[in-house]
Amino acid sequence: MNKVQERSQEVLAIRNLHVSVGEAEIIKGLNLTVNPGEVHAIMGPNGSGKSTLVNALAGKPQYVVTKGEVLYEGMNLLAMLPEVRAREGVFLAFQYPLELPGVRTWQFLKSAVDAVRTHRSLKELSVREFDRLLTEKIKIAEIDSELTKRSLNEGFSGGEKKRNEILQMLVLDPKLALLDETDSGLDIDALKIVAQGVNQFRGPSKAIVLVTHYQRILNYITPDYVHVLMEGRIVKTGGRELALELEEKGYDWIREASGVARE
Amino acid sequence: MTQVLTKYDKYVTAFQSLERSQAAREPQWVRDIRQRALSRFSELGFPTARRGNENWKYTNVGPVANANFEYAFGASRDGEKAIELRGIAPWGQDWVNLVFLNGRYSEVLSTKPSSAYAARVTNLADAFLRDGEVLEKHLARHATFDDDGFTALNTSFLRDGAFIHIPEGESVQAPIHLIFIATGSDRPSASHPRTLIVTGKHSKATIIESYIALSPAPYFNNAVTEIVVGDQAQIEHYRLLLDNTEAFHIGTSQVYQGQDSKFTSTIFAKGAALGRNNIHVLLDAPGSSCVLNGLYMTSGTQHMDNYINIDHAKPHAFSRLNYKGILDGKSRAVFGGIVVVRPGAIKTDARQSDKNLLLSRDAEVNSKPSLLIFADDVKCGHGATAGHIDGDSIFYMRSRGLDIDTASRLLIYGFAREIIDTVQVEPLRVYLEKLFLGALPSFKLLFGERA
Repeated sequence: MNKVQERSQEVLAIRNLHVSVGEAEIIKGLNLTVNPGEVHAIMGPNGSGKSTLVNALAGKPQYVVTKGEVLYEGMNLLAMLPEVRAREGVFLAFQYPLELPGVRTWQFLKSAVDAVRTHRSLKELSVREFDRLLTEKIKIAEIDSELTKRSLNEGFSGGEKKRNEILQMLVLDPKLALLDETDSGLDIDALKIVAQGVNQFRGPSKAIVLVTHYQRILNYITPDYVHVLMEGRIVKTGGRELALELEEKGYDWIREASGVARE
Repeated sequence: MTQVLTKYDKYVTAFQSLERSQAAREPQWVRDIRQRALSRFSELGFPTARRGNENWKYTNVGPVANANFEYAFGASRDGEKAIELRGIAPWGQDWVNLVFLNGRYSEVLSTKPSSAYAARVTNLADAFLRDGEVLEKHLARHATFDDDGFTALNTSFLRDGAFIHIPEGESVQAPIHLIFIATGSDRPSASHPRTLIVTGKHSKATIIESYIALSPAPYFNNAVTEIVVGDQAQIEHYRLLLDNTEAFHIGTSQVYQGQDSKFTSTIFAKGAALGRNNIHVLLDAPGSSCVLNGLYMTSGTQHMDNYINIDHAKPHAFSRLNYKGILDGKSRAVFGGIVVVRPGAIKTDARQSDKNLLLSRDAEVNSKPSLLIFADDVKCGHGATAGHIDGDSIFYMRSRGLDIDTASRLLIYGFAREIIDTVQVEPLRVYLEKLFLGALPSFKLLFGERA
């Protein structure tokens, strides 16, 4: 097998990535490979760079990649505008979803789906087709369908906002889902709904990178890999059991073992 | 003093020729009002920001005062028939339309209601002769010209305009649309549109005023509208400033409200090089309530000034003011809102808000809502904001596949929508949606090269 073919099988290949926000370098030489069908959980202490990583992958303008490369399905992800990344199938579920006053959820989602479809040379959905799609996904995300008639996230509870992110993911049907602390601030019922949405989405052609502080969500979404991010680098990789170990022992033992200085 | 008079000579000359030419048919009281108004105008002149005149602090009407406008009332009406209203103004199948060219009624373009119609809708020149009783009681009684140069000037040229009288208990379903058209000419022209709306007890009506230009030539629109809202009456009033970007538009609406009456005013301002929208509401009886909505959108070097005065003269009255501005280019917006709560006006409930979205770094807004409270036991509040488009919101939308242009349009429209959605008249709302969506600038203009 030659190198190009091998690479094209990976959904995401990150090589020696460096990301700065303002003057500060946050990601300092990160490597990560994600294959189709895999769920990768990224854990780490506050300020280790978890959110920076997924925001940089989604193309947030303030997150400047200073070094390294990111291949998404063999393409140079970093050369794409954020909206092109989204149309190519990269989705970021925000840690803090924004409220968009006056922008109706329905209208917003329809515009987004049409933008994605147009990019893929597909016909825009008719209102009826879109409504059918939305109704189906609303059931999975267990969202009150009245909410889609309201302004996006405006006045939504924390849990509703997170479920709305899952709804958007299901409707847009990306290949790579980046979930930025989608479990934070959720009660156990909401957490189960979010997990159920992610598990519905999960499949042999999909890849998921799940950033989280707590191993709790991994009780519902079983990861293939757990990575520990510290000081902008992945310092340890393991399976599901690593998350449990972290919960029990904290991060200090890894810090010592991997020689990462304490901040 | 001599200097001042010289400056306004052209208005005096125009006035004199007007009096000579056509005044004979008009009742004496109309001529008297005009004469008094002209005298007052000669004393007042146009307002300036001098000597602590807060009402005009941020708006310089020097360009209006110094320009050499011709009185356009008698301008040629060639081509009148060819004017296609449906293309240039909002339109409803069942609407009653009164059309004015340069302030003068156009029989050809108007669709007056039949005689079976519940309300009297006609032009003022006609009403002078037939509706003397109602007119004498109300005309120039509400929009007084004692301390307002523009109203004095308008009243000096009080010759035609719109007259609407909804009798007691009558409910008029179809909106009444008053269309004021500036036809434009080689030389800058002035017109003084005038409207009187008198609504009886328990009556109901929807009235739209549109100000439209046929050409890009500069002109001066100096409009005055008086509205009397009878006891328990419900009046919806819309005012569309669709002047061209060379125009000067000074508009004053003076509203008088009776007991338990409801008045809704919605302003849409898009045109004019210099625009000023004065609204004065006198809540003169218990239980009266008014809701004043406004949306203004400026670009280039446009200047838009909203000056809203809500006078809570009696107890148990309610007022809401909600204005929003979208400013691009080097344009400037001024908002001055005063809520006055008179002594004894207990249980007043008043709230005013002015919010602005700045699309460029060179746009500027001076927003100054204020309260003057002379009574106890009242609920009053006000607020003003100005901000740019939120970059994080744009990124959020881009991360869902929308390009910057679409994302910014959705956000700007989302901002404007709160006002547009209040429009109760379906064809008007659709018209305004299109108008504002079509006028939205693209995000690339806002943040330059950052794409």
